[in-house]
Amino acid sequence: MRYVDEFRDADRARALASRIARLAEPGREYKFMEVCGGHTHTIYKHGLEDYLPENITLVHGPGCPVCVIPMGRVDDAIHIARQPGVLMTSFGDMMRVPGGNGSFFDSNARDTNIRMVYSPLDALAIARDRPELRVVFMAIGFETTAPSTAMTLLRAKAEGLRNFFVFANHVTIIPAIKAILDSPDLRLDGFLGPGHVSTVIGCRPYEFIARDYGKPVVVAGFEPLDILQSIYLLMLQLSQGRCAVENQYGRVVPWDGNPIALRAITQTMRLRPYFEWRGLGFITSSALRLREEFAAFDAEQVFELPGLRVADPKSCQCGEVLKGVLKPWECKVFGTACTPETPIGTCMVSPEGACAAYYNFGRFSRQRVREASRA
Amino acid sequence: MSVAHEQVAHEQQVLARIERVRRGSARLREQRVTMAHGAGGKATQTLVESVFLRRLGNPVLDRLEDAAELVAGGARLAFTTDSYVVSPLFFPGGNIGDLAVNGTVNDLAVQGATPMFLSAGFILEEGFAVEHLERIVASMAEAAAAAGVQVVTGDTKVVQRGGADGCYINTAGIGTMVPGVHLSIASVRPGDVVLVSGPVGEHGVTVMLARGELNIEADVTSDTAPLSGMVAALLRAVPGVRALRDATRGGVATVLNEIAKAADVSVVVDEVAVPVRPPVRGTAELLGIDPLYVACEGRMVAVVGPDDAQTALDTLRSHPGGEQAAIIGRVAADPPGLVLLNTVFGGTRIVDLLVGDPLPRIC
Repeated sequence: MRYVDEFRDADRARALASRIARLAEPGREYKFMEVCGGHTHTIYKHGLEDYLPENITLVHGPGCPVCVIPMGRVDDAIHIARQPGVLMTSFGDMMRVPGGNGSFFDSNARDTNIRMVYSPLDALAIARDRPELRVVFMAIGFETTAPSTAMTLLRAKAEGLRNFFVFANHVTIIPAIKAILDSPDLRLDGFLGPGHVSTVIGCRPYEFIARDYGKPVVVAGFEPLDILQSIYLLMLQLSQGRCAVENQYGRVVPWDGNPIALRAITQTMRLRPYFEWRGLGFITSSALRLREEFAAFDAEQVFELPGLRVADPKSCQCGEVLKGVLKPWECKVFGTACTPETPIGTCMVSPEGACAAYYNFGRFSRQRVREASRA
Repeated sequence: MSVAHEQVAHEQQVLARIERVRRGSARLREQRVTMAHGAGGKATQTLVESVFLRRLGNPVLDRLEDAAELVAGGARLAFTTDSYVVSPLFFPGGNIGDLAVNGTVNDLAVQGATPMFLSAGFILEEGFAVEHLERIVASMAEAAAAAGVQVVTGDTKVVQRGGADGCYINTAGIGTMVPGVHLSIASVRPGDVVLVSGPVGEHGVTVMLARGELNIEADVTSDTAPLSGMVAALLRAVPGVRALRDATRGGVATVLNEIAKAADVSVVVDEVAVPVRPPVRGTAELLGIDPLYVACEGRMVAVVGPDDAQTALDTLRSHPGGEQAAIIGRVAADPPGLVLLNTVFGGTRIVDLLVGDPLPRIC
């Protein structure tokens, strides 16, 4: 398949891997964080770590959209869904995220009608076709998905729809990266920058990471060769004593981002003073809500929300995993009390979550597997 | 011991503990049935084990094969049942009618039986168009004729509007076991070779697209077809076939996991060898789902001894519908209970059972 197979070529991977290995100084440990859950998924899905020397470790970052949704927001969404005549919609990943009293799937088994959609425009179409329903879209995600929510809001307003609402949970990536950089218990040598977010915000917002924190950043694509090449570029910067923001994903990411998408976001949404991130706590100016001009579409204003903060389960160490302090398997409940069937934390839910990716794809002894695949 | 080695040792301890937890019996935690319980993955297994097997279990049912093997009046019989609730009822390549016949025929065939007789039970929603029902039943008749089976008993119920989604069908089937053939996924052993009878994932992708929710257009049709002819040919050429399974709900990945668990072996699959047609691959890539988990309705997984692999492959390929059959992997002793994939990219990963339906990823 074109535009896919080229980026999964094992010969090229081997060539890149040997260049990476040549740059790795023996005795030195390298730790790179892939910020985006999409990268985590690719790394595990393709077995990419098999190509890395033992002293290069990938640390999985906070960029998994459903992983950072706090339990209270799930409960709020279920509360909205239980109001008369409401059809709640959300992305598929959201359906299994546990709130204080179960997930959307559990809630549907009781008394709600929460349906999976593939785009906010699908929710809008339902609202158009079913005027008797109040259709709410639970908007989640980083700057990647915010523009589609924004465009949908603009269209809903232009059409004068009265039965379409957005429950906004959009978050922004830079404050989360900054929180991680400021966290005292972390040592990182560089970042794989989030490719999809960067198609919207561009590469400039990362410049402070290189300038103020002295960590190189390479904005990376999502195919396995993209990631391997980005690791090579990070290693090259380190070996040359450089520290800069570089764009490996140039075929998609413009240096200045996408001004039309950014404009749509600012037309419809504004920064919240603070927002709770699952496992990371409250982060200032890290999330978006609807502007006053869109109050009629704002589920937070139209519906009365309990808005209760639900503390993460005590045993859950998602925060440490999201910050990259713990590897998934180092969490106390990983794989025993917390599994994809019965997730305690959000990292175990989405296929982009570090724990779910590791549990589903990476949970085995590499040595035993090598023996098995050679046998 | 260096820090790195200590880490590796700790990781191994954690992994060993997880495998012990996984081998323990499943416990149903939910108070109510969720959609995941019907998806064929872990949630379904838990429901089956903790509710159905716990109360209804017996040596035949406990084997959880695609069909039960019974001895009655000296004859070896296979008996199976399946319900069909596909939405939409009509999709490119077929409809719920031929699906209901082929699915049950295939469950018998992969058990090593010659399908003979079917029952058909209909649950119809008030207001359902008779014209649609006629089309469905006509397809059932065609499929039954193609598979050489007869529908010999049936039942009809009508429920109030809203009580069903148009038309649900249950079929049960009886077949006679091919003499001398004993197929069981528990008999699979290290060194065996794993084949699929054709490109995977076509039925599932077709139905997903036919729902019209995705705005993706792709030239793909359901693979719904009877496997009985192909199975008969394979068993004639390779009487020592270890196991066959049709890769329906949960796809090839789920079948391979069932094999790994039942036989306490590992199955090592080469991703590059798995036949997937480009429109299926493209759609799956777009949605972020893996074709290995997507349902087929006319494909089977076959496991044969290493010396039979080439004969099996040649036989499948020379049979209509099996032209793209392929050897996709082999069975190893270690690590038991796991399915591993050697990726196209050159890495290795686990192919685990899904909890529920594959959910599309966000970005």
